[in-house]
Amino acid sequence: MTRKKRRMWVLLLCAIGLGSATALTLTAFQDNLVFFRSPSDILAGAERPAPERAFRLGGLVEAGSVQREPPAAGERPVVYFRVTDGAHTVPVVFQGVLPDLFREGQGVVTLGRLGPDGIFRASEVLARHDETYMPPEVADALKRSGHWQPEQGAPPPAATWNTLNPARPRQEGAGS
Amino acid sequence: MDATPSAPPRAAGSRPAAPQGARDAPPSVSAPGARSLHRFANPGRFLRLTDGWMPWLWALALAATGLGAFWALLGSPADWQQGETVRIMYVHVPMAWLAMGGYTGLAVLSVMSLIWRHPLADLTARELSPVGAAATALCLVTGSLWGKPMWGTWWQWDARMTSVLVLFFLWLGHAALVRAFDDAERGARAGAILALVGFLNVPIVKFSVDWWNTLHQPASLTRLDAPGMHVDMLYPLLTCALGFTLLFALVVLARTRAAVMERRVRALETARARRLDIAQ
Repeated sequence: MTRKKRRMWVLLLCAIGLGSATALTLTAFQDNLVFFRSPSDILAGAERPAPERAFRLGGLVEAGSVQREPPAAGERPVVYFRVTDGAHTVPVVFQGVLPDLFREGQGVVTLGRLGPDGIFRASEVLARHDETYMPPEVADALKRSGHWQPEQGAPPPAATWNTLNPARPRQEGAGS
Repeated sequence: MDATPSAPPRAAGSRPAAPQGARDAPPSVSAPGARSLHRFANPGRFLRLTDGWMPWLWALALAATGLGAFWALLGSPADWQQGETVRIMYVHVPMAWLAMGGYTGLAVLSVMSLIWRHPLADLTARELSPVGAAATALCLVTGSLWGKPMWGTWWQWDARMTSVLVLFFLWLGHAALVRAFDDAERGARAGAILALVGFLNVPIVKFSVDWWNTLHQPASLTRLDAPGMHVDMLYPLLTCALGFTLLFALVVLARTRAAVMERRVRALETARARRLDIAQ
């Protein structure tokens, strides 16, 4: 065996060893690496977080659930909404300024505590952006043609709209 | 750039074919020169080979970057919910690709360095890491600038952001480590080992958004036939990515060429000093 071959084998063995060590570590810490927990994790999971423990709750803002309370003088506005993952729903109350992307059907991540009444009191609301990028005209065309209601959640499969050109009427109904 | 200007450049030497080398290099350095001749044959060929490419590559890189910038900033639509903020993506995404692709390149160079003791790979790795660190820093900064108006936060410790920050520190660590040794060869070997251990982080960066839930969105361009991005935004993005990639490669290439020439100059100066010593 030449020196080059030996070095190659040493390198390969090191890679296998380090790689599997990392994979095992990441698997072991799986639960701690998630950024937020879904309503199903909270309500249907084995352990419901203790009331005094802060955690992040993430999901979609349920359609028709957002209620804004007119702010009292000198107070920040209060907003009620529900966070859903389809299977379960958690009501949330938040006092403060919401990010620009916050809307019904948008993904959000909220930090706070779950009260004994089942209401999640959030101290921070972050909006998630999904992986779709589309011009306003395309979004309007999808909404007009009934292919997509943003309040209901994610847009239709990208192949139905990513070459859509609303300026050309014959493509208006693409994907139907 | 070099932390060890006083150390004798062991890896350097001059090809006898080089005009100054032939004139200045005395026979007394032929013993270390015999080794450096073999070691330097490649960098010499590399210099001659790339000499003709440079102007063309610069022209191509600047043309692609200019076209990409114009298309992305003026010729592409705003996003339906992000508005004009979407234009940050045209810098952020190429920089993220370069941060990961560049690091993969560093890992390949490190394998070449460790197995074949390739001197040019050592030099290129040394010149690559500051540029990679700059790309990763740009990726982090643009992401933060986008995150504040869109997410509502400059920074969160989610898996994607944390792993990219680790990638940034790996770039910086490599750049510092290869320069921390008096013996350039030992520095290169230590850097190569660090780069390969750090390469474990690259799949974590890439798949963090799929393996765990994160604040950061998953990749939009998972398959080229169905990108989650309208073509009016996709084509400017790909043009920007091409331009930035060419610029990145060119900066690394230019730095490597300069490093080769720097070593050659230092070898000639050492040779002259030694000859003067002998003459006395």
